[in-house]
Amino acid sequence: MFRNQYDNDVTVWSPQGRIHQIEYAMEAVKQRAASELSCASEKRSWPIDNHVAVSIAGLTADARLLSKFMRSECLDSKYAYDRRLPISRLVSAVGDKMQIPTQRYGRRPYGVGLLVAGYDDMGPHIYQTCPSANYFDCKAMAIGARSQSARTYLERHLEEFSDCEPEELIKHGLRALRETLPNEQELTTKNCSIGVVGKDQDLAIYSDEAVTPYLAGIDQTKRRRGEEPAADVAMEAESAAAAEGDAGEQTAWRRINGS
Amino acid sequence: MNSERPVQQYFSPYTFNGGTVLAVAGEDFSVIAADTRLSQGFAIHTRDSSKDVQTLCGKTNSTVLGCAGFHGDCLTLTKLITARLQMYEHEHGSKMSCPAIAQMLSTVLYYRRFFPYYTYNILAGLDNEGKGCVFSFDPVGSYERETYRAGGSASALLQPLLDNQIGFKNQQGATEVPLTKDKAVFLVKDVFTAAAERDIYTGDAVIISVITKDGVTEEAFPLRRD
Amino acid sequence: MAAMNVPGFQDQLWGNGPSPGAVYNFPGIQMVLKLLSKFHQQRELCKYPTTTGTSVLGIKFDGGVLMAADTLGSYGSLARFREVSRLTAVGNNTVVGGSGDYADFQYLKSVLEQKVIDDACLNDGHGYTPKSIYSWLTRVMYYRRTRFDPLWNQVVVGGVHNGESFLGCVDKIGIAFEAPTISTGFGAYLAQPILRDALEKNPSMPLDQARQVITRCLQVLFYRDARSLNKSKKHLHGVSRVISRVMKNVLVKWNRQVTQQTLETEDSVPAGQQC
Repeated sequence: MFRNQYDNDVTVWSPQGRIHQIEYAMEAVKQRAASELSCASEKRSWPIDNHVAVSIAGLTADARLLSKFMRSECLDSKYAYDRRLPISRLVSAVGDKMQIPTQRYGRRPYGVGLLVAGYDDMGPHIYQTCPSANYFDCKAMAIGARSQSARTYLERHLEEFSDCEPEELIKHGLRALRETLPNEQELTTKNCSIGVVGKDQDLAIYSDEAVTPYLAGIDQTKRRRGEEPAADVAMEAESAAAAEGDAGEQTAWRRINGS
Repeated sequence: MNSERPVQQYFSPYTFNGGTVLAVAGEDFSVIAADTRLSQGFAIHTRDSSKDVQTLCGKTNSTVLGCAGFHGDCLTLTKLITARLQMYEHEHGSKMSCPAIAQMLSTVLYYRRFFPYYTYNILAGLDNEGKGCVFSFDPVGSYERETYRAGGSASALLQPLLDNQIGFKNQQGATEVPLTKDKAVFLVKDVFTAAAERDIYTGDAVIISVITKDGVTEEAFPLRRD
Repeated sequence: MAAMNVPGFQDQLWGNGPSPGAVYNFPGIQMVLKLLSKFHQQRELCKYPTTTGTSVLGIKFDGGVLMAADTLGSYGSLARFREVSRLTAVGNNTVVGGSGDYADFQYLKSVLEQKVIDDACLNDGHGYTPKSIYSWLTRVMYYRRTRFDPLWNQVVVGGVHNGESFLGCVDKIGIAFEAPTISTGFGAYLAQPILRDALEKNPSMPLDQARQVITRCLQVLFYRDARSLNKSKKHLHGVSRVISRVMKNVLVKWNRQVTQQTLETEDSVPAGQQC
């Protein structure tokens, strides 16, 4: 069962300089999402505040805990400063919170990756957070099982995003999402949702029937690579949608770190 | 050693900042109005407290809260309610209904039973069947549903007038016709003009919100400014 | 009554019960009474202002906000400190002015300064706006009054953010409002009518006129407010930052009627008095 003797606790280093518990948690984000997809129409993205939303991959329970924390941070900011909490500060607070169980005896890292999409004074943002408590500032991002093909799509079209109309950006998001589906599956109102937030535009999350017009806008059959099986759905749409906030400001792939 | 001996009071945590709130419920609408004057003693702090101080503030798509009394408590209470509404929406995925907000406001007020919010609250909106509803509160959370109510500094002036005009009280041989939206707004303007004549804490302008199933419309109506 | 001093001796036969002619005390009420007596003690301790500042004035003009306060710290009727600054810049787009207890204002000032430093350390491009400072102050002032430990101030917040000017006021019990003209203390009676009148006649007044009317208000205040001084500090908010501070003596001529003419000459202060 155990891979080796150095993975019993998060406080133990392996001689190779790795902390296996954290790496297992990272795997949860990559793999667990797939198994959880079995309950097909489970909600995977939800609002945090009028200007932020998250999509998740991994343990939903952990994600809900983190979301609750994020919501209360946003409410606190509104209560004390009458201001929407800047996305970077929100994510850094989450990062600090997620770091704690990666360094304490007897704790387990959060088994969830988040895509945080939001708009603040500094423009539109997408952040990716990991169980390792790293977080990355992205231009576009997809997470979860089999999300690689979506990332490939996003990377290939990155240059186009900067001067996209919102509608076009949503289409990109859905196409990226489509890349992750198994051959016999299509994007339906049951397996995707779209979140949009931007300048002077409060967050709106479309799900179920509300995504129908957007699905009609993309070609379901045309696929560049049909081999990649099941994927976690909501995230990519989310990421694309957030990027739409003020597309003009995006020029380059700004992801700080790979993986 | 006797702690019950009277102490000279230098500090009072309360003051009265005036303001009058009035709400009327109709068959499929409700109207709520509040003046925009913020005063203290004989001084007028601002004549336009609507946009920044929320004497009257939009809460959800269908509910508006009017708040008069001590302005510090008004601000804190409305901020708290706004936060609670958002928490509800996140947890339940839907906006809070007017009767639900009324119940919540009651518990929020009673929570401070022994150091009360010095605020007179009136809540207007539509109930779960789409009928107009008005809830009025005392500062510690007693509340009831009514068809019309005035609260705040000129409430004693307005309430009898509403009794007569909307409740058809003390009229002989009056035919009780149901209130229309236009009549309600017309009446609100009239009674506020009257209140501004007699009450120094009411004046400058009145903001009238009309709540229907299509949302909230807001209208400002000027009052005397002296 | 000597028995009352014996350790362990219960002088009450029925604790918590009704004393003759009194009603029964519910257990919970004891806690409330204790709490109340604590409040009473606190109130006795220090709840009145000592060294105080008088009016702070503020007015919105076309493109910014002008704030002014004199530099006197009064100790009762004694003009104790003659060179105190009651306006302080918070960040680069906000100014906070305080009337009332000067020690409390200094405390607020130091907290705000630290907050601005902490904020700058994040280095993420976000910062406090006049509105967020104002909002924070409403919470702090209200919280302290609820604790029966008020900061004995009336605080004026002014500033410009994204081309929008802001002027607001918070007092010691948490009453807060925004207005195009604000005067605290005696200024509420003496200066506010002058400011409102000027603004009503010219809703988008240029800086020069705002400066004139503020100067006139300071002058009127010095004539009639015994706790004021003819030395003042002004803060000026331009398009996005605090541009300059002017410190000047408001000339006072008891024997002459104050006219526009005298005001204009007073505005050209010798260079040595600028800072």
